[in-house]
Amino acid sequence: MATILVVGEQAHGHLKKATLSALTAAQQIAQKTGGQVIGVLVGVGAGEAAKELAGYGIPVHVVEGAAFDHALAETHSAAAAEVAKKAGAGEVVIAATAYGKDIAPRIAAKLGAGLASDVLAIAGANQFKRAMWAGNAIATVEVTTPVKVVTVRATEFAAPQKAQGAGTVTPAQVAAPQPKTRFVEFNEVKSARPELTEARVVVSGGRGTKGDFKPIEQLADVLNAAVGASRAVVDAGWQPNDLQVGQTGKVVAPQLYVAAGISGAIQHLAGMKGSKTIVAINKDAEAPIFQVADYGLVADLFKALPEMAEAVKKLQ
Amino acid sequence: MKILVTIKRVEDYESKIKVKPDNSWIVTDGVNYRANPFDEIAVEEALRLRDTNMPSEVVVVSVGPAAAAAEIRSGLAMGADRGILVKHDAFVDSDGVARVLKAVIDQEKPDLVLMGKQAVDVDDNVAGQLLAEYLGWGQATFASKKESLESPEEKAKKPGIHLTGDGRSPKGAAPVMSALVAREVDGGLEVLEVQLPAIVTVDLRLNVPRYASLPNIMKAKKKPIAEMTPQQLGVDVAPKVKVVKVEPPPQRTAGVKVPDVQTLVQKLHSEAKVI
Ligand SMILES: Cc1cc2nc3c(=O)[nH]c(=O)nc-3n(C[C@H](O)[C@H](O)[C@H](O)COP(=O)(O)OP(=O)(O)OC[C@H]3O[C@@H](n4cnc5c(N)ncnc54)[C@H](O)[C@@H]3O)c2cc1C
Ligand SMILES: Nc1ncnc2c1ncn2[C@@H]1O[C@H](COP(=O)(O)O)[C@@H](O)[C@H]1O
Repeated sequence: MATILVVGEQAHGHLKKATLSALTAAQQIAQKTGGQVIGVLVGVGAGEAAKELAGYGIPVHVVEGAAFDHALAETHSAAAAEVAKKAGAGEVVIAATAYGKDIAPRIAAKLGAGLASDVLAIAGANQFKRAMWAGNAIATVEVTTPVKVVTVRATEFAAPQKAQGAGTVTPAQVAAPQPKTRFVEFNEVKSARPELTEARVVVSGGRGTKGDFKPIEQLADVLNAAVGASRAVVDAGWQPNDLQVGQTGKVVAPQLYVAAGISGAIQHLAGMKGSKTIVAINKDAEAPIFQVADYGLVADLFKALPEMAEAVKKLQ
Repeated sequence: MKILVTIKRVEDYESKIKVKPDNSWIVTDGVNYRANPFDEIAVEEALRLRDTNMPSEVVVVSVGPAAAAAEIRSGLAMGADRGILVKHDAFVDSDGVARVLKAVIDQEKPDLVLMGKQAVDVDDNVAGQLLAEYLGWGQATFASKKESLESPEEKAKKPGIHLTGDGRSPKGAAPVMSALVAREVDGGLEVLEVQLPAIVTVDLRLNVPRYASLPNIMKAKKKPIAEMTPQQLGVDVAPKVKVVKVEPPPQRTAGVKVPDVQTLVQKLHSEAKVI
């Protein structure tokens, strides 16, 4: 009946949605093990974000202080591992975001735990499903260590319902290690659009755009969609890196995914084939993207996307 | 300055990957193997750092079957100086790899270790971070070039990782050196300064790796590869994470082709009900 610790993620006091997916996964593990779910948040704003997480009915620990201001893997993993140890956690669950991927292995190493990464489903008390070979295979893995660390793919776990009563929020005192890394700067890519991994609709462009994303953005505007891209596009520097959808970029599963000028390489499909409805617009009728698309349109995207934006506007 | 680069032998992403009928693994017959693409980017970066900094050496290491010597050779053909193969035929999980690498690093004492962010077979994205913790070192994951891959910096084959300090010891103390690394994180690019020795894992936008030239492929045949086993290094590689079953992914069936935009929007509205 060990405790299950959710290591949350927040920025400026706002809880990241992916944390709620981690919470759902933790609750599913709790159903198998009978353990109790608790949370921890680390860094500036953790106290504020903790209130939100505690609203789901779990006690949340907060680690704040100058030593934890920046999300350095060394300090944040140390804080989470110490809270896990004090709570006697049997499982530590984290969303597989850039932050989660950075810190989870260090937490596992500190706890002597086996780590199941980017998990799609909880298959048993110590068994988890995960994708391998760019999603060409789904493996069931068994973690053989007494303590387990699990990172979860947020798109596979819906956020839980808010609870009636909120859990407690308590500051945790943890020793701050002297890190060997120093934060220098963050070059934020500002965007007024919904976040790629959280949006209801995603409009993605590929090499077929030749770098001109105006038609993509126009359609995204009328659909209140996030903009995504293939690797070819970000490699060329046409769009910021963090818009890459795929095996080695972001995994998205919106209600609607529009792929325009994207051929549909397996590495791209790995990041979007969980979408509810997929639309492909490509001028090559043989493009592999059509094999996963619910609706395929063989057309020039520079003609089709503006037309589509107009047609959607008329509907609204 | 010594730079260690890890290379994993993985299934070629151009090969068709199919699950075995008994669900034990994937079919490996007829599949081509190659160096993990991220690791090639790591080798490229190591070579650029070597050739722009003080006298240095680039050592490539792989944990895997005897056949993984081919992937070490491919690193040597790109220009690395020597190789180390830690031979083990059975599956080693990323944690086992990290502990084997720690033992190698304890012997080799490199100043910088460059790894891929992810091996494209297991798609784990954990070995570098585990290794950093086992060593008690700093880490900078998902290293990228600040400039794009189409930038003049990349065209001039400049490294994306910048070393600071001159590597000399102030009054006999340990040399103070660090690496400035731009990292691909959610929402932008973060720059960290990490004290050496350190682990850096590389992302796709760090550089475009070179192809090995024919003369260099010939030269690589004479470069030394040391062989050892996990046992000799005193590492137990029994997996903490076992693969118990491998299944094909759920298949999405192709839908319909629509003749025009009007039909498409109609269907999205009244059939799929997503707009
Ligand atoms: C290790 C590794 C990891 C990778 N990870 C990823 C990843 O995470 N995500 C990812 O996306 N890729 C990834 N890739 C790259 C992937 O293999 C493909 O190269 C990439 O997805 C291709 O991008 P694309 O479809 O935009 O370009 P292309 O394959 O060049 O396709 C362009 C398409 O646009 C169409 N087109 C051209 N003009 C028009 C027009 N006017 N109107 C309509 N259609 C048009 C063409 O018919 C073509 O189908 C990875 C590769 C490797 C090796
Ligand atoms: N068997 C191996 N031999 C050498 N390097 C490895 C091995 N497994 C993983 N690595 C390194 O660790 C990185 C991340 O792998 P992983 O965490 O397993 O996805 C890879 O890009 C390699 O650089």
